[in-house]
Amino acid sequence: MSDWRYLLAQNRATLLSVIFFVVMFAIYTSNHPAGFSANVVQTAANKGVLLALVAMAQTFVVITAGIDLSVGAVFVLTNCVASWIVVGTAASATLGVLGVLLTGLACGAVNGLIVIYGRLQPIVATIASGAVFFGLALLLRPVPGGDVYGPLADGLTGRIFGVLPASLVALGGVVLLVWIPYSRSAIGRATYAVGSSETAAYMSGVPVDVAKFCAYLLSGFVAALGGLFLTFVTYSGEASAANGNTYTLFSIAAVVLGGVSLFGGSGSAIGAIFGALMFRTIGDLLFVFNLDPLWQPLFQGLVLLAAVCVGSARVFQVRNRLELFP
Amino acid sequence: MSENAETGFAEALKRRIDPPVAIAFACVIVMLLLGSLYSSSFLSPEYLLQQLKVASFLGVIATGTMIVILLGQIDLSIPWVVAVGGMMSTAATGWGPVGHVIAIPFGIACGVALGLVNGFGVAYLRIPSMIITLAVNAVAQGLMVVHTGGFSPQDSSSPAMRTLATGELFFGLPNALIVWAVVGAGAIFLLNRTTFGRAVYGIGNRERAAYLSGIDTQRVVLIAFALAGGLSAFGGVLLAGYASKAAQAMGDAYLLPAIAAVVLGGASILGGRGSYLGTVAGVILITLLQSILSVVQMPEAGRQITYGIVIVAMLLLYGRESRAR
Repeated sequence: MSDWRYLLAQNRATLLSVIFFVVMFAIYTSNHPAGFSANVVQTAANKGVLLALVAMAQTFVVITAGIDLSVGAVFVLTNCVASWIVVGTAASATLGVLGVLLTGLACGAVNGLIVIYGRLQPIVATIASGAVFFGLALLLRPVPGGDVYGPLADGLTGRIFGVLPASLVALGGVVLLVWIPYSRSAIGRATYAVGSSETAAYMSGVPVDVAKFCAYLLSGFVAALGGLFLTFVTYSGEASAANGNTYTLFSIAAVVLGGVSLFGGSGSAIGAIFGALMFRTIGDLLFVFNLDPLWQPLFQGLVLLAAVCVGSARVFQVRNRLELFP
Repeated sequence: MSENAETGFAEALKRRIDPPVAIAFACVIVMLLLGSLYSSSFLSPEYLLQQLKVASFLGVIATGTMIVILLGQIDLSIPWVVAVGGMMSTAATGWGPVGHVIAIPFGIACGVALGLVNGFGVAYLRIPSMIITLAVNAVAQGLMVVHTGGFSPQDSSSPAMRTLATGELFFGLPNALIVWAVVGAGAIFLLNRTTFGRAVYGIGNRERAAYLSGIDTQRVVLIAFALAGGLSAFGGVLLAGYASKAAQAMGDAYLLPAIAAVVLGGASILGGRGSYLGTVAGVILITLLQSILSVVQMPEAGRQITYGIVIVAMLLLYGRESRAR
């Protein structure tokens, strides 16, 4: 078998999510009153990139067969932090950005320590740590407010050369600088091994604890990028519980739509990004078809339900019923 | 001889008592004592009964959560299934005299229906429970948004619902507490004295082994999720009766506490291990923690932080997984 066929088989889920997204986005723009214009793309991109970053953060942990239910809280917390410190002159704003990213790393480190050395189940541990992160966010912003360094915010949410949305370029930059080097490094491969079978990975001499810790660390880091970007979009910080919960839940949906297995060991952040963009487009599709916005949540839910059911087609191809129970 | 019998009894007691359950109950007592240092009213019967009444709403919801967690699955559809239970029962109340009668069963039936969808997805379509319950949660939310926006249904609860949630039948015992006691007794019977209950534990340990032992595991999972949906909706009915109206976000505050209560009670999130007594301890613990934090007038931010830290600390105390190597 030649190389490309093998590559195709390995990246089938990611490719499928890309194709689905392109089809949906084409339907969306072709029915949009303004058509395929730079403005439409820019608005869609800014909304999509927020969820894409949070979904990417979720991917790191899901690949290790864990789950991070605090990802939305980190997103909200870093948004609140950014609304305090990414202000003033260019120099102070740069320091502020560093501070926000460090906050995200710290949150990821806390999660990693509790899960790896505390040996708690990720799902419960991150529920609890998420409550703490959200509490800290409330402490920083009891009421919505704050500001952000204008030129940076405008630059990253605007367009480059008047056509290309800057947010998409930034997202591409994150993929190139964080995901690609990580997934090709020894540690990155190790997280896939840990997700497939922790015992087998341990027996093969894979640094299990380090790999898992890196995954949580990077998850916090990318979630902080998301929080930073939210500040650029909204120009303020808000400790909104609804926002945190929604982004956590949507990130899981996006990850699954993007072909990342919740059982760990397979999938890629690129798939998750397209899953997120796809999920956002589903939500917007109704508007261009002039349906009552009242129906939007139901439509979104039904599409999600249908999407997760489609993946279970293999159940009906099983010859031996025992294969149903791994 | 009598000494022998005594040690036998002590040993039997030791065997029966789970360390996590004992620690959880000990924490409840410590928390009450700490609270009584702040104000003596923490030990008054009125306060304790009031807490148990508030705890019973969480208790009913956590009962369903526990059955699902014992299977090794998770139910993330709690928020909107609770809301569906509350909102559909109040909507039924608006249908006149017949509606008044069927309000409570109708609310619960809607929850069971959503639970069946969850169970079908998990058991027969083999979708990870985390994602199918998430999708059902989204669908339930969508249905309720259309329902309230499109049909503007009645949102105040029927007198029967109010009596069930706030009334006192006898000896000053709150009805809600009696409801929880009945639900709890039913759960204990179901889990310990029926083949269904033993099958739930079996599936939680290893579904494949349970299947090979002749259990129709898929049917058991389906029924367990339907039960959980029904209990969540019943919790919603009670909450609507307590607040005398139903609202869209009424279930949001119950997902994390329900899961935390079950896990704090010593049940393993991986399934197959846990007792109902532990869940009772966990529910009381969570309710008491929330109550004490609000009595000492801690701001919401501090409450969230303490809440998270206490859960992590308690789990580090007794909820750690063994090293699987």
